[in-house]
Amino acid sequence: METILSLNNLTKKFGGLTAVDNLSFSIEKGNVYGILGPNGSGKSTTLGMVLNVVNKTSGDFQWFDGKMSTHQALKKVGAIIEHPNFYPYMTAVQNLKLVCKIKGTSKDKVLEKLEIVGLLDRKDSKFRTFSLGMKQRLAIASALLNDPEILILDEPTNGLDPQGIHQIREIIRKIAAGGTTILLASHLLDEVEKVCSHVVIIRKGKKLYSGPVDEIINSFGFFELKATDMQKLEELLGTHPKIGKITTKEETLTAFLEEPMEANEINSYLFEKGLSLSYLNKRKESLEEQFLQLTNQTEQN
Amino acid sequence: MLRLLEIEYNKLRYSRSARILIITYFILITFIALIASIEFNIGEIEFRVADQGIFNFPYIWHFNSYIAAILKLFLAIVIVSMMSNEYSNRTIKQNLIDGLSKKEFILSKFLTVLVFSGISTLFLFIVTMILGLSFSDFNELSIIFSDLEYLLAYFVKLTGFFAFCMFLGILVKRSAFALGFLVVWAIFEGIVHAIMEFKLFKGTDLASSIMQFFPLESMSNLIVEPFSRLNAVQAAATQIGSELNKDYGIHWYQLLIVIAWIAIFVYLSLMLLKKRDL
Repeated sequence: METILSLNNLTKKFGGLTAVDNLSFSIEKGNVYGILGPNGSGKSTTLGMVLNVVNKTSGDFQWFDGKMSTHQALKKVGAIIEHPNFYPYMTAVQNLKLVCKIKGTSKDKVLEKLEIVGLLDRKDSKFRTFSLGMKQRLAIASALLNDPEILILDEPTNGLDPQGIHQIREIIRKIAAGGTTILLASHLLDEVEKVCSHVVIIRKGKKLYSGPVDEIINSFGFFELKATDMQKLEELLGTHPKIGKITTKEETLTAFLEEPMEANEINSYLFEKGLSLSYLNKRKESLEEQFLQLTNQTEQN
Repeated sequence: MLRLLEIEYNKLRYSRSARILIITYFILITFIALIASIEFNIGEIEFRVADQGIFNFPYIWHFNSYIAAILKLFLAIVIVSMMSNEYSNRTIKQNLIDGLSKKEFILSKFLTVLVFSGISTLFLFIVTMILGLSFSDFNELSIIFSDLEYLLAYFVKLTGFFAFCMFLGILVKRSAFALGFLVVWAIFEGIVHAIMEFKLFKGTDLASSIMQFFPLESMSNLIVEPFSRLNAVQAAATQIGSELNKDYGIHWYQLLIVIAWIAIFVYLSLMLLKKRDL
């Protein structure tokens, strides 16, 4: 597989504060990556470093296996950071044509990309007259001008209204479906869960996890169970070898698995012991639950 | 190179304020011609500026380049704001993300400075030729094209001043404050000059020899004021018994000092941009 970007022990210190701490991960072609972390966890600083606008303190990063200099590589990248930055006195088309000049691509695609983000009817309006949602969409159009190998988006839905968020997500989904590699930084779990196949979780500049979204924690899922005799249910489950921790919440037992087991197995086991269930549900943790579990784990360590 | 200039040209041409300032600047240069029509009467004597020999070749090269250099402030505003607006619009960040290197960014700005100075010099040359050919008493080719070094000095002087503005725009990041800084710096140089002249090195030439290395002073030293060179003024001075013995020429070491400042300002701008996180 082709590696687009790799980070090796990348570190950034602002005075005494370590914003990014020995971060290493790599981005393979064709996947949709999410960088997930609470506000101030170092997501934007990390992107800033690989995009040549923030100076690294130590470590290094490589674009396209180090075959070209960073600013050459950036011409094959489409990126928007935080809020959209354009010349306020220029129209959408004028701004995009300028970006074409900088990237060294032809201007043919300006209208096509404006169409993708639904701004074709406002193409001759000055940038300063745009709403935040429109500015954000123009930024995406600008990032797409060179048909980039990778699209980097930093909090693309930040500050938008629900409709705007929906529009942006639709656009991202469309782009991802076209096979473009995407790196999306966000503090919104559901955003990452909906869009990304891989995730890098960072907290206070440190990497907690990187890999496929559905393998964040080694978990075989859990059962949610209800019965008339809850006490007996808890006793029986406690003796089952494949079941670990059991918690009770609002008259529902949650039993975490230590080994893989299907729902019918536990059902027949309990039935044999003379207990019939009124409710049984097998689930895997949502990204949010996994994320909280992961961040709690590190806090305890 | 052409690509960088094109980028800058596109940024400037859609900005209404930049357009107005640039046009005003060039119109004002042509207004030097208006001086020709200044007439006033002192009692019985009719006085016409154009008749005082200010449009005579080769003196006109000196006179016009001195007057035109005063107008550089208009372009200075354009240059300061073209630097600092990149910061306040955060477009510098986007430019770098889009694949412009920091070196290319500074180079594109400096090339614009060179183009501004170049066009100004060319413009001055044309205006001066027209004025001179219409009013000068001497029209021999050899006289017309003597003292052309004033144009070179004008070019270097403008480039130096604009490079200073460019550096200030990057340093301060706000156009109003950068222009304020420029004024403060001019006052600072004046104060240092005064202290050295009248306190530290009273009665010696040391003050001027040190001051000539200061940026603004070195730029203003390039073209000395031309007024005391006029016949009328010279005559008046002789009458009241003082001899005006000023050196009006252009010296290679003065050019060199300004060129050194240009290099320093461009280098410092690049260093500043490289060191800063955006």
